[in-house]
Amino acid sequence: MNSMANFSNTLYNMGVMNDLARKDTPIHRIHPLAKVLTTFVYLLILVSFDRYEISGLLPLIFYPLLVFLFAELPAGPILKRILFVEPFIIGIGILNPFFDQEIVIIGGIALSRGWITFFSIFIKSGLAVTAGLLLMATTGMDKLAAALRLLKIPRLFVLQLLLTYRYISLLMEEVARTIRAYSLRAPTHKGVHRSAWGSLAGQLLLRTLDRAQRIYQAMCLRGFTGEYHTGEDAHMQWRDFIYVISWSIFFVIIRLYNIPMVIGALLMGVIR
Amino acid sequence: MSHHKIETKSLGYSYPDGHVAIKNISFSIHHGESVGIIGANGAGKSTLLMLLMGILFPNQGEILVGDVHVTKNTLSMIRQRLGMVFQDPDDQLFMTTIYDDVAFGPRNYRLDENEVEQRVMNALETVGISHLKERAPFKLSGGEKRAAAIAAVLSMEPDVLIMDEPTAALDPKSRRRLINLLKGFEHTKIITSHDLDMVLEVCKRIIVIKDGEIAADGNGEDILTNADLLDACGLEIPLALQNCPVCGVNKDKERWVK
Ligand SMILES: Nc1ncnc2c1ncn2[C@@H]1O[C@H](COP(=O)(O)OP(=O)(O)O)[C@@H](O)[C@H]1O
Ligand SMILES: [Mg+2]
Repeated sequence: MNSMANFSNTLYNMGVMNDLARKDTPIHRIHPLAKVLTTFVYLLILVSFDRYEISGLLPLIFYPLLVFLFAELPAGPILKRILFVEPFIIGIGILNPFFDQEIVIIGGIALSRGWITFFSIFIKSGLAVTAGLLLMATTGMDKLAAALRLLKIPRLFVLQLLLTYRYISLLMEEVARTIRAYSLRAPTHKGVHRSAWGSLAGQLLLRTLDRAQRIYQAMCLRGFTGEYHTGEDAHMQWRDFIYVISWSIFFVIIRLYNIPMVIGALLMGVIR
Repeated sequence: MSHHKIETKSLGYSYPDGHVAIKNISFSIHHGESVGIIGANGAGKSTLLMLLMGILFPNQGEILVGDVHVTKNTLSMIRQRLGMVFQDPDDQLFMTTIYDDVAFGPRNYRLDENEVEQRVMNALETVGISHLKERAPFKLSGGEKRAAAIAAVLSMEPDVLIMDEPTAALDPKSRRRLINLLKGFEHTKIITSHDLDMVLEVCKRIIVIKDGEIAADGNGEDILTNADLLDACGLEIPLALQNCPVCGVNKDKERWVK
């Protein structure tokens, strides 16, 4: 029964992100396209860092931090989602310390290079996920899709994204329903017994496909042709351009200069 | 007005798995008529509606809306005239707010945003949920969702309203509100249901479907008082026309005496 409650929560949480996207703050008012572009530059810069880099990455945290503050987002829902993904990231990076055991000395501490790459991956993916979540929470799926269309991303691809998004919440709804039905008829089992997995999964897939198809049909009946209109003014204004450009400049500076080291050097100079 | 007529001529459809769901159905529905399509579960009601809307295409026969054949090429035109409310509102509502959902159709037809707003507000007011416009669809009650799904279709200003089991899963109050709403519409209406009491109130004409075929087509009250016919089609005389089991008043007699 516990798992059922969890699924219902997840379902509710999907809506939370969209609720957040309807707030009215300076960040929310920025044109969706500007936010998509900024996020894109951010991710690009993030992945361009060397795999052994840690200190140079740290200033990149200012971007999510400021967006988070100015968009007046609650910490709970965002942090919960980041924590939800972290185990996967750790799973990806955890083998590095075993494969790459060469020792380097940093700030007087001996560390294996494997651990450094691990931390680097950990920070990078953490920041990437956060940036993505913030984009979602300040823009919302509908406007995001419209922005992607403005970027001339193929219609089919955007549609796929939208339907996938919708499909995931449907799938979870069906999972919740199926598990409820199962647990009502097998009240003594904890979770779903192995013997029922196959048929439950099959059922689930069929039912979800059925539903996704009906939703798509309903969309078509209301004149949907793959183009997504949100009724927003389509044009970026100068403040939107400034938003993208100033963040991009900031990111590039961070990429070119290792800010923590520069500051460290400056301080050392002053002390001396 | 002949261009609002909906006509089917010996329609036949079988699903890809070979199941024959619709056999030789012909009828003609005129402008302003309200028609109830009744039949047991699996009789083929939903399939028939999907054929009308061009979601499925018949293996046999043809469908005319006005003077236009329903084909892949005429779909866009047909769908501006016919608005369909699905059985499960969750299949229909998928935007993040009710407002955006109701605006979805008009925006797809590239209406000016002022016009869109006007239509959305009109539709929401008609069904009485303008106060919910900023809410997320999944947070509404069953009755509110149904109202939103109807508004989403009304905002497209169709000539014909097609509804699949609109009172299914509604509580008595929501059901009553919906019936009053439907009675107020001047659209041509095609409504499937097993809620025969609702059909009796809303629809003058009734088409009974049994195993994919038309078993009867005629005046609502005549059909709904024909116990043998209804029984043969897996249905029952609506409560409103049954003899009252508590007070023993014989509605049949009462009706005929009058
Ligand atoms: N996708 C499908 N594939 C095969 N058979 C179907 C499909 N959908 C419905 N049917 C069958 O077609 C018949 C008519 O179904 P339907 O039109 O949904 O009935 P109703 O809406 O009157 O309850 C039923 O026997 C049903 O099992
Ligand atoms: Mg049906």
